[in-house]
Amino acid sequence: MATAITVEELSKRYRIGELQSAYGTLRDSLAAGARRLVRRDHKPHYEEIWALKDVSFDVREGEVLGVIGRNGAGKSTLLKVLTRITTPTEGRATIRGRVSSLLEVGTGFHPELTGRENVFLNGSVLGMKRREIVRKFDDIIEFAGTEKFVDTPVKRYSSGMSVRLAFAVAAHLEPEVMLVDEVLSVGDAEFQRRCLGRMEDLSQSGRTVLFVSHNMQAVSQLCDRTIWLEKGEIVRDGRSSEVVASYLQAGHGTSSSREWPDLVSAPGGDLVRLRSVRVVQDDAEAAAVDVRRPVGVEIGFTVLRGDGEAVFPKIKVVEQQGDVAFNAMDTSPRWHDPSAPGDYLSTAWIPPNLLNEGMTTVHVGICSLGGAKLRPHAGCHDAVSFHVQDPGEGDSARGLFAGQLKGVVRPTLDWTTEER
Amino acid sequence: MTETEFQVRDRVERRDAETLEAGKRVDRVTVIRPAPRWPHLDVQELWHYRELLGRLAWRDIAVRYKQTSIGVAWAIIQPLLTMVVFTLVFGYVGGFASKGLQYQVFSYSALLPWFYFASSLALSSGSLVSNRALVTKVYFPRVLLPLAGVTVPVVDLLCASVVLVGLMIWYSVAPSVAIVLAPLFLLLALVTALGVGLFFSALTVRYRDVPYAIPFLLQSWMFVSGVVLPIGEFPEYAQWLLALNPMTAVIDGFQWGVVGTEPPELAKTLIGVAAAATFFVVGLTYFRRSEPRFADTI
Repeated sequence: MATAITVEELSKRYRIGELQSAYGTLRDSLAAGARRLVRRDHKPHYEEIWALKDVSFDVREGEVLGVIGRNGAGKSTLLKVLTRITTPTEGRATIRGRVSSLLEVGTGFHPELTGRENVFLNGSVLGMKRREIVRKFDDIIEFAGTEKFVDTPVKRYSSGMSVRLAFAVAAHLEPEVMLVDEVLSVGDAEFQRRCLGRMEDLSQSGRTVLFVSHNMQAVSQLCDRTIWLEKGEIVRDGRSSEVVASYLQAGHGTSSSREWPDLVSAPGGDLVRLRSVRVVQDDAEAAAVDVRRPVGVEIGFTVLRGDGEAVFPKIKVVEQQGDVAFNAMDTSPRWHDPSAPGDYLSTAWIPPNLLNEGMTTVHVGICSLGGAKLRPHAGCHDAVSFHVQDPGEGDSARGLFAGQLKGVVRPTLDWTTEER
Repeated sequence: MTETEFQVRDRVERRDAETLEAGKRVDRVTVIRPAPRWPHLDVQELWHYRELLGRLAWRDIAVRYKQTSIGVAWAIIQPLLTMVVFTLVFGYVGGFASKGLQYQVFSYSALLPWFYFASSLALSSGSLVSNRALVTKVYFPRVLLPLAGVTVPVVDLLCASVVLVGLMIWYSVAPSVAIVLAPLFLLLALVTALGVGLFFSALTVRYRDVPYAIPFLLQSWMFVSGVVLPIGEFPEYAQWLLALNPMTAVIDGFQWGVVGTEPPELAKTLIGVAAAATFFVVGLTYFRRSEPRFADTI
């Protein structure tokens, strides 16, 4: 099969100083220039970072390639270079076929213009010819379900409607190569789901997709092959399942379980080291949990010295929006004295009907008391995560309500009512 | 400031850029690579994007007439009221020379190309920053944005011309044969506005105080363009100096054709044309050299 994307030793350098002076004023620049002149120092002092460094890979036609890596690893820069929003410093890339990215959804929409006018404007911005838009116009409007509002200014649309219309235009672009950045695709859960659904459709119809994501589950599910970027360089390139597994093992990303088989490199110090963290429900590891039953966070750790401080396990539970739901630690008397060296397995049971629905992340630590603060001895940020689900059978805090209840926690309360 | 490292630009090569009819594969190959140090203007690519230029210009016009309650009337009211004020202040009270015409005809026929120039310059200068969403999210030749900026005020110019026709009939002023050259002089104004606009739009991406300087610049520029006082009233040496301002050639030439005043000196006109070409080349070069950084710094 032919190659759709060829990337050869692509590099992109940013100057930190330049980024900082992004909103600089002329005066600042003149002053800096004058200083340089006085000091006879003609080299501007910029700190440089390589957002991409000698990145090379090929993507075959019809392949779905995942790109993973931590924030700042160069994933978004790669997409920006491939969509030609920014230019590379070195190297080259060749793309066969029309390129589209979901970054572009709704780009160029103007609230004052009508739906019809915006379809034409947005279509042109995305690279469609007038003829082509005319031909697809009815399909686009129908797909968006906005037939009745074709000649209404978009500012009077509900936000859902304008997203649907924008998405309909992008969906009719029929690109051969699709670039998707999950991190950047703003919008609600519904919109995100649409993006993922669209990606699946595309890959099934033989389009080439480059998918940048933090969602390891989605990457291993959707992508045949994955590259792992770290500090602008490719660390691994191979089958998705293998790359994702080694990425998780290296301590990045989150899943419902994590292990550090090697004691020496496990998080911690000479007193205690973390060995494993697992989410369990009903005696099994679980990535998705039922809100109506208890969830266990199982923490394995090894105490190395018996003469150190008295340590105990602690968890911090963070809900979907990044707000801390609660902190909890094991306060039982067994931890009041230094524990004997050896392996321990503690499970923190989160009561049923406490967490709200959505993605929940757990930070794990092994701490000792230290006055006003807990002193961590071993710990892991974003150790595990799990999805809290409500089957909607009427026996949870939601009752027969179909919508989402807001809040960090979602307890079932005892209500008392007297008739007077 | 040495910025050689950043002189990168991608170039696009298309074997067959035209989209084929539905169902057929598109044979489009995009090559992304750092660009040469002195990038040229890719005319072929611009031609490919001509529809987008039209669409962007059309958007600005449509939005303006939708947002403002009196819409098209603005295009007429601005030069008309300015003409009235100038006529009162400079014509009646000041007794300024007016090329042998009624001051109001002289003033309005000068304000017409001037207003076109001024709004073109302002619109194209702000075009990158006001289209930030486009610049950071989708690729197209960025030159289209300032280019759309100098296209939009053409509509205003056409609307405001109606008043000039009325004034000429009222005061029985006839155009000369040189009216056929008038569009060329307006083109000279366009090239000047585009050159300066390209420069300022790229500068605005880096320095956010540029927009504050533009109204002041335009105000000063107007007084040395022959809008208030004919250039012929200046001392001879000053006229040669002012010839470096392409707008003096534009206004003298436009008035020569449209309201039948004395023809401008050819040498001075040529100086203006050369100056406009220089503005354009410098503006375009600066724009193209800054272009790779737009999305990173805007």
